[in-house]
Amino acid sequence: MVVCCCLGRTATWVSYQLKIHAQKYMRSPLIPEMATQEVQLNETLAHLKSESESLKSKLEEERAKLHDVELHQVAEKVEGLGQFVMKTRRTLKGHGNKVLCMDWCKDKRRIVSSSQDGKVIVWDAFTTNKEHAVTMPCTWVMACAYAPSGCAVACGGLDNKCSVYPLSLDKNENLAAKKKSVAMHTNYLSACSFTNSDMQILTSSGDGTCALWDVESGQLLQSFHGHAADVLCLDLAPSETGNTFVSGGCDKKANVWDMRSGQCIQSFETHESDINSVRYYPSGDAFASGSDDATCRLYDLRADREVAIYSKESIIFGVSSVDFSLSGRLLFGGYNDYTINVWDVLKGTRVSILFGHENRVSTLRVSPDGTAFSTGSWDHTLRIWA
Amino acid sequence: MSGSSNIVAMKKVVLQLRLEAGINRVKVSQAAADLQQFCLQHAQHDPLLTGMSTSNNPFRPQKVCSFL
Repeated sequence: MVVCCCLGRTATWVSYQLKIHAQKYMRSPLIPEMATQEVQLNETLAHLKSESESLKSKLEEERAKLHDVELHQVAEKVEGLGQFVMKTRRTLKGHGNKVLCMDWCKDKRRIVSSSQDGKVIVWDAFTTNKEHAVTMPCTWVMACAYAPSGCAVACGGLDNKCSVYPLSLDKNENLAAKKKSVAMHTNYLSACSFTNSDMQILTSSGDGTCALWDVESGQLLQSFHGHAADVLCLDLAPSETGNTFVSGGCDKKANVWDMRSGQCIQSFETHESDINSVRYYPSGDAFASGSDDATCRLYDLRADREVAIYSKESIIFGVSSVDFSLSGRLLFGGYNDYTINVWDVLKGTRVSILFGHENRVSTLRVSPDGTAFSTGSWDHTLRIWA
Repeated sequence: MSGSSNIVAMKKVVLQLRLEAGINRVKVSQAAADLQQFCLQHAQHDPLLTGMSTSNNPFRPQKVCSFL
């Protein structure tokens, strides 16, 4: 391909220039020589900057060449969706302050939620009973996750850590005593997720990095550098599609990472503000994002570009959280204006708007079997919708 | 000197961009068709889409039994 040839030649020239400058730098410098080196370093920096600019525009060109049609045009012939009747079926009350995060257990009925007041609660969503409660040593527990086995939960926030609590069947046992500190970041923990097993946890942080940890030893297995600001969210690819995950951050970028190498393999920058939530499409070939710019967007990984925007002029508040229904046809978005908007993913239209929460919706997840979805809100409650 | 560390950082950016520029891409029409096909194939098994009947959905209210 023409693009690769040009890049190859430029890259060779650049590395040749760098080698020359490195050699000059090694000799003990006299003052005039240092001044000359300064000028030469600046020239190299300028060359690199202009190369990066030209690469960026080449990238845009390549992506644009394949943009032959819009998703909603392809979907014109698909039957429209009818009216949806979705209501609050359960309300989980018990948190003393804003609910910040929640996750479903694989058993499709248990939920873990975390709050600004430092409490982490495990609920039975069928009965609304609280099964476990832990008080964290910090406030603003922004992240929580259920282990695949259902035997443990992970959580963290302003303590800059991710801790794992094994869940005991004995209600009287003090869960805090068995706590295991796994992840250590240099800023707040924004999201966490177990991988396919209870043995590894993926975290994202306000320190701008994501990291993969071994739960047993607390060892850092891989770190992911590339975001230029706080990373706010992450989602693992469905297990059939391999070892990748997507992260979104305050730098308006969504990055797709290879978990084994730590390499960023694709990057998308079309949002106009912080990306608060990312979620893979069920097939693993695409992912959705929700942002403070009041839009949700769909990015296709094979086409390497944004393929849909879900927005309306009347929607001006940020999206905090997104998730797909089981088939990927519906996209649910929790918004800062207290509502949930339900989008037809293929046609790009809104099919429903749901009211009920009395403050921002901060977190939203569809249950593992797709029978319901749960939302958490700054109004201190969680709601189950079906 | 900060000059050389800037260069190192810029070199990383350039290498990353080269990597991203070099990946294989498919046309949007193809990718969109595949997304659509996945949706339609799995539509029947999506309870929130099809609106499961009350008796099957554990969260919807059950019909109340009354003693005669």
